[in-house]
This record gives sequence, structure tokens and C-alpha cells, in this order.
Amino acid sequence: VLKESKRAVNSILVDDDDEDEEDVERVSWSGEPVGSISWSVKETASSIRSGSEQSFPKIDTTPSLSKQGSGYSLSSLFKGNLHDLSPEETVRRMQKGRAFSLEKFRSLQDKLLLLDEAVAVYDGNVITAVLIFLKKSLSKEILFRELMARDVALRHYVHYLKEMGEQKLLVELLKALGRTEDMALMHYKEHLNIKDESRRRDFLKSCLSLPFSQDDATHVQDHYTLLERQIIIEASDKKAVAEIFKKFPRKASILNMPIITTLYYSCFYHYGESEGTFSSPSNIRKTFRISEKQYILTALGARAKLKSWFDVDSLFNTKNWLGYTKKRSPIGFHRVVDILHKNSAPVQVLQEYVNLIDNPDLKLGGALKYKCHDIVINTYRDLKDRQQLIVYREKLERDSPEYRKIQELLNNVQIRWKN
Amino acid sequence: MAHTEWRDAPELPDFSLLKRLARDQLIFLLEQLPGKKDLFIDADLMSPLDRIANVTILKQHEVDKLYKVELKPIVSSSDQLCFLIRPRIQTVKWISDLVNADKVAGRFRRYKIIFTPQKFYACETVLEEQGVYGDVTTDEWNFYILPLDDDILSLELPEFFRDNFLEGDQRWVTTAGSALHLLQSVYGSFSKVYGIGRCAKVRICDKTLNLTDEQILVDENMGSVFLVDRDVDFVTPLCSQVVYEGLVDDLFRIKCGSVEFGPDVTSSDKSIKVMLNSQDKVFSEIRNEHFSNVFGFLSQKAKNLQTAYDKRRGMDIQQMKAFVSDELKGLKQEHRLLSLHIGASESMMKKKTKQDFQELLKTEHSLLEGFEIRECITYIEEHINRQVSMIDSLRLLCLLSITENGLLSKDYRSLKAQYLQSYGIKHLLTFANLRQLGLLEEQQAGETLTVMESKVGKLVNDKTVGKLTDAFSSLAKKSNFRALSKRLALVPKSGEEYDLRVPRDMAYVFSGAYIPLSCKLIEQVLERDGWTGLEEVTRMLNGQEFAVTGGSSSSEARNKTDAQRIVLVMFLGGCTFSEISALRFLGKERDTYYVKQIEYMVNIKLSI
Repeated sequence: VLKESKRAVNSILVDDDDEDEEDVERVSWSGEPVGSISWSVKETASSIRSGSEQSFPKIDTTPSLSKQGSGYSLSSLFKGNLHDLSPEETVRRMQKGRAFSLEKFRSLQDKLLLLDEAVAVYDGNVITAVLIFLKKSLSKEILFRELMARDVALRHYVHYLKEMGEQKLLVELLKALGRTEDMALMHYKEHLNIKDESRRRDFLKSCLSLPFSQDDATHVQDHYTLLERQIIIEASDKKAVAEIFKKFPRKASILNMPIITTLYYSCFYHYGESEGTFSSPSNIRKTFRISEKQYILTALGARAKLKSWFDVDSLFNTKNWLGYTKKRSPIGFHRVVDILHKNSAPVQVLQEYVNLIDNPDLKLGGALKYKCHDIVINTYRDLKDRQQLIVYREKLERDSPEYRKIQELLNNVQIRWKN
Repeated sequence: MAHTEWRDAPELPDFSLLKRLARDQLIFLLEQLPGKKDLFIDADLMSPLDRIANVTILKQHEVDKLYKVELKPIVSSSDQLCFLIRPRIQTVKWISDLVNADKVAGRFRRYKIIFTPQKFYACETVLEEQGVYGDVTTDEWNFYILPLDDDILSLELPEFFRDNFLEGDQRWVTTAGSALHLLQSVYGSFSKVYGIGRCAKVRICDKTLNLTDEQILVDENMGSVFLVDRDVDFVTPLCSQVVYEGLVDDLFRIKCGSVEFGPDVTSSDKSIKVMLNSQDKVFSEIRNEHFSNVFGFLSQKAKNLQTAYDKRRGMDIQQMKAFVSDELKGLKQEHRLLSLHIGASESMMKKKTKQDFQELLKTEHSLLEGFEIRECITYIEEHINRQVSMIDSLRLLCLLSITENGLLSKDYRSLKAQYLQSYGIKHLLTFANLRQLGLLEEQQAGETLTVMESKVGKLVNDKTVGKLTDAFSSLAKKSNFRALSKRLALVPKSGEEYDLRVPRDMAYVFSGAYIPLSCKLIEQVLERDGWTGLEEVTRMLNGQEFAVTGGSSSSEARNKTDAQRIVLVMFLGGCTFSEISALRFLGKERDTYYVKQIEYMVNIKLSI
């Protein structure tokens, strides 16, 4: 089987070209022929490769030309005819990793023919190789101009510059193309590489004048403002001595956290501060235009975590014109109950909020899940569901108040049960 | 279990040959640098390398120490350094820096870079520019394909998706073509090539059919091949997976055919790495099953195991001896696997109920069905507000955008703003990328175009309007999901009961709610042996479809041989386990399909 596999291997990558055995093949553009499976197997078979292939160039003053020069042109020293190849032929050789020469493509027209040919064969590797050649042999103004009409080549070029980290040139290119938004984003992206927060803040500030879309301009402004505030808050909280910081030591710094995390942090450590301070929830809410729903959700999470049920209550309290307080919430009360439960709220607290759930099914579900007996019992009573009451009674402790309540209901002859 | 036997399945080619080929070539390349050497390996090549070779083999060929490429200064005292890397500019720059630092320090070493699966001109230019060309020799290790399982081959090229679809760089398309080329050389030519998508069409199809007879050693037929670009179907990879293997991937990430189960699964204090393939008898029976069936199956299995163990009671010495030598080892092995998979399902249950998985699924299904979109948007908004899974939020947003042909401007702005508030403003870069990909877009031209069309329509005749409409719609880059879904019946009528134990079609991989578009296309085309009758569908998918008969022995062999019943499906840009399961299901109903993927793309890597 190994023989078979060798035979198989042998055929791979052997092209139907008739020039396989040429010398050119040995001195490929990379100057290093070792590598293709077919070559390797052939070599082991005949084992005639001289040691010279393996000799590593010493760092000295007499470079071996075949090794050290640019593969693009030096191979042509051996094979003059590479100069006469058409763009098609040249691209074909490049695709196959053969020796080639780009030197003869000197007129703009020839260069572009070469590029268009590379694009036509859909080989990204070759397209990029030609672009590198054009980058070196054309002024950037001319190259940019020609790329404008060649989308595929352009995208390869942009990607190449990105990978090479040629930020400056990239920005110039995008500017020349009129893709100002892309340019702005590209520039903004740089902030990710800046670790020091003050430098990052200053960088973000410098981004404010970039030509972002209207929306993104707002977001970038927010980003700058956020980091600026975070730096201030961090500096003062790092050495804060207030009770809350001792009771719940901070686990991480607030720097570079999202807006909502910052709001949560502020609801946790700085609740009740006046709007004038940067660290107060109300200031953050206002500065970053946080919706009521989002605010309530975040504040609820933070206050419930601290088991400040009083604060939780006041989040939902609204007074009507008669002075009655009523609970209102922009998020469903079943969600509120979920969050309270996750923070292990006591049954009395849970019960109050389960009662506020609008949807009767969700309400009953919540009551059952969190063992709010009164609500369950009242719901079944209102549904006149005797059977369910009996079933529920069995789950309760004998002679508990709930148990007795069900007992009384079941004995009440005035109720007209449906079952 | 829905399936236990594959009676009709033709035998698949022996793909382990590919591993042997790759290993032999690697050994050859290492021998090109005789003497002791240290080997630096790209992090993402470690697992693939492990599948075909081991340290002993490397040591046998004078590899002294092994290092992971970390793009940091190195500590190596070896006189020869060998780098086994992907052709990435950044890595080559790092190597150039090392060489230059050695030069400055007056240190002489030999350096060799082995690029896999191929080298790129751009990388070699870096060597030239950094003045180390010639100091460093380069080679290619043509390790194109890694067989991950009996019926899964992988190119293990995670960057394919991003480079090709986001950056528009076509370099990997050639690589994919070379992979097919390799398969044909070893296993015989394809009798027919079908496909849809830009990459599939322009490059690979041509290359695949361009084989001459002498290049194909085996006078056999490898069946047909179906090429599909990932961007033909973005919907499927955006849906939460509910078949077992898919869920394992979503939760634990399957990498290179293996998964690492944490302490919560192993119920011990250490993690275990497990290979997931058909060798694992327990896994192979549940991998394609809907999650809801898995638990019952596993507990039945556990009972059987208990019974088998219990046989020991009342055995005499002789019987016991036979039991120990024949059965016990197998039972223990099964025992171990069983407890792992039970552990995994338990932890799935926990995580998936905690995250309100049911609600998430319900929203996805509504989006697929185009039902109660407002409620879906509210749900997504809350999902974002609660700062739960960033990726899930993004998946939902993309699904909404694709199924609805983009978001209304005010929704787009508000959801984007909330997303940035919850997960960080830097993600405005993510949104820019997604827009470029067409995954998350703001409807804008949409309405304007329709108005324009109707205005123009009054002025000119129908034929011109048709042309204009085409032009407009290609401009708007619509996904047309609704129309496609209707035409191909991807979403079964709601309200019908769907028995997940006895799947009736491929929709079972999404709880009966949706048939993967990609798989449906494959089914339809193979049924018709071409695209005839699907013209409307391909128009909605922006054309680029094709079906070509291969050079050799095609039409005369009507009665298909076993090999011809094999279909190789190649996803350019990755595929999901749900799609693999769906194709396995299809394979059982018809012939066998054999799935190949480039990358698992369950979580589309889009961020920044």
C-alpha cells in the first residue's frame, strides 16, 4: 500500500506542462525547490541531489546569486526567455510556483494587463504578488487611481496593507478612494492597541474629529466621555474608604467596562449620590441617554444584589395625583421576580411582585415556582378549581396557616366549585 | 433510536491514507534539515499535527525541543531552528526579527520555515524586505486535508471565512481547489460537479475538472461533489443547535474533532479531553439525535450496562475468566464513555435552562417563520439589556436582519446603540464588519427602490421593468429568505405535531421548525440531477449555480456503482454540526453523502 501511496503522491502537483524537467524548475522564484511532494519522492528515488542544495549561506561578502537575490528577477539571469513571456504565461507560472520575471512589465499598460490577468484566474496569492510588484514600481497616486476601478484587486491590496500593518498608507488609500467612514473606523480601531488608559483617552479624543457617520460619531464621543469618567471614578474609588467598599471589596477596576457595567457599578457603590457627581447613577443615566427600561433593569440588579429591598421598592413606586402610590414597571413584573429570586429575595418581597404580574398564567407559574402560597390559593379559589386546591393542600405542611386556609375554603359551602 | 444501521450505505474510501501521505511528507521535510533542531509550531497547527504524528516520530527525526509559536522572544540554544507555520505575515515578521537579533548578537544558526498548506508570495516578500531571505530556507508542507472522522474531512482553515467573505481576499480558494485536486489524484475523479456560490463556481469548479487522465492514478470514480459557498446560506449557522453534537459544540467548542469537558462534566477536579468520532460507540449513536431524545437513550444504555455487569453474579470461575477477558474491558470502556456523555447532557440541561433557552428557541423559530416580529425585537432588546451572552445577542440580531431583509432604520439604530451600551462601544467595528458581510444591515434603499420601480414601471414597458428590478434587487443585496423559505418549504406549517423520535425530514435538526437551506438545496439538486426547475430559487440566491459532468465515464453508467453514490459536500467557509446531521439523515434516505467542511462556524467570528 505504501508503494501505492507513493505513486499517488508522485502524481500530485505534477503538471501537464512539458517543461517539468527544466533547470528553471530547480531555481524557482523562491530559490528553493525543495518542498513539493512529487519532487521529494523523485529525489529519494534517485538520491542524486548534491549537497550544495542544503548549504546554508554564510554571512559573508560573496553571496551566491541564486540564493540571495530577489527571486523575481534573478532567475531571469539563467533563463533569459522569461522576459518574453506574456501576462497569461507569467501568471500561469506564478500560480504553479515556477520561476518568472516581472521586470519586463514596465509600461503602465503592461502592468495593468498583468494585474487583470491575475484577477481573471482568481488566485489571491498571485494577485497579491502582482500588487506588491506594482506597489514597488508605481507611484501611489497612480496605483490608487488604477485600483479604484478594480474592486477585487483593491480588496486584496487593502487586506495586504492591513496585514503588513501599513496603517499610514492604508489611510491615504481610503482617503483617496473617498471612503472616509472606513478610514475613520480604521483609525479608531487603533485604540485597541493602546494599553495605557490616559493615552487611550487622549487617542479617543483625537478621533472625535474624524469623519464618522452621524451615529458612529455619537458613539465615539460616548466612548471618550466614558473613559474620561471612568479614569476619574477609578482614581477616587481605588482609595475609597466608605463602608460599602469594605463590605464588598471591588473585584476589578472599572476602566474600559461597557456603559451598562459602569452604571451597575455606580448603582452598587454610588447609589443616591447627587446628579452633580460623575459617579452618580443619575449622571451616568443622563450623560449616556440610557432608557428608563435599561436603567430600571440595571439598578434593580444592583440593589437586589445588596438586598436593599427598600431601594427596590422605590424604583417602581409612582404616585398618582391623589397621592396613592402604585407600582409600575417598564419591564414585565415576571422579569422583576426572576431577578429578585436570583438574588435570593425573601418570600414576602417576592410575593408582592408576583402579585403584580399581569398575565394570570405567568402569575400562577411564578407563585408555584417561588412558593407564594397565598397567591396560589387565591388564584385557584378565583378559578373555582377545587381539584387543584386539594392537590396543592397535599404539598403543604399539616396545620400550617396555608393548609388551614385551604381547609376553610373547601368547607365553604357558598363557593360553587367547577369540579 | 431512529437509526442503528446503515444497510445501504456504500463503503467510503479509506481516508486514513491522507494522514499517511501528510506524515510521510512532513518526515521528509524534517530530514531536509539534518541534525538536532528545535521545532516551533503555530498554535492552531498543534491539534491537526497530533492527529497524524506524535512526538516520538518527531524525535526520531532529530527534533529536540518543541515550542509553540507565541510571537515573543525565544529561549533556544539549538543551532537549528525549524518553524512549522501557517503562511501568515505576522509570524514571518516575528521570525525575521529573531534572525536579525541573532545576527546582531553574532550568533549563527540555521533557520527553516515550513509553510502549510502552502506558501504565499507575500510571506516570502517579508523575508526579502527584512533582509533575511537566503538566511532562512522555506518549504511547503501540503497538508491540505485532515480526516476528522469516517465521513468528515476538514481543511482546518478558520481564516477562510473572514479572509474570503469579509476581506475579499481569494487566496484560500486556490487552497480549497488544491485539496479537491489531491482527493481526485488519490481516490479517482469526480463524475459530476454541482455547486452554488462565487468561490465554488469561478475557481474550484474549473480546477477540479481540469485533470488529465495521467494525473489520476486510480481508475475509479469518486462519486460527485457539491460545492457551496457559506454566504449562500447564512441563516442556518445563525440558529441555535439542538442535535447532540451541535450542542456539544455550542457549549464546549469541538476543536479538530475533540472536546475538552470541564470539571462540571467529569464530576472530578480535572478536565478531560475526549475525541468525538464514530470510534466512540456511545457518541456515534447519539451525535445526530435531537437533544430531547438523548437523555432517555443514555439512561436505557446505563440500565443495559448494569445488566451486563450483573451477569457476573452466579458465574463459576471458568465463566468469570471468560467474562473478564472477553467483555469486561469493553464494558468498562462503555461505562466511562457513558458517564462522560451523561455528565455532558446534565451540564447542557443546566446551562440551557438557566439561559432561558426555550425562549431563545421560540424567538428564533418566530423569526424563521416571520411571525410576531415585534415581540422578537422586544425579546432581543431585553436580551441585550440584560447583558447575557454577547454572541447570542449578535446571532439573534443577524437572524432578524437576514430573515427580514435588513432592519428598519429606527430599529437598527436603537438596537445598535443598546448593544454598544451593554457590550462595549468598540463593537461599532463589529457592526461595520457585519454590514460589510451583509449579515446585519439597515434597510434604507429598500423602500426607495420600490417607489422608484413603480414610478419607472409606469413609464416603460414590462421587459425593461424586469431588467431594472433585477438591477435594483442586486443592488440591494437582498437575502430573500422569506421567498426562498416559501418556495423550498423550509419552514413546516406551524401547529403540526413533529415527532422528534421519528424524524420525517431534515427539519428535525432544528426541532422540526426549519430545514437547513444549504441541505435542502443539495437535496433538490441531487434529486433533479441539476438545477432545472430551480431557476426561481437560484435567481433569488443571486445565480452562480452550476452543474458540470466530469470528463470520464459519466452518462453510460446509469446503474450506479457504490462509489458513484458517494457525494462529497464541500462548504466553503465552514459548516455546522446540524448540517452534518441533516446530511447524514438525507444520506440514509437516499444514498450516502459524505460531508466535508472547512471550518466550524457556529460562532461567526466577526468581532473587530
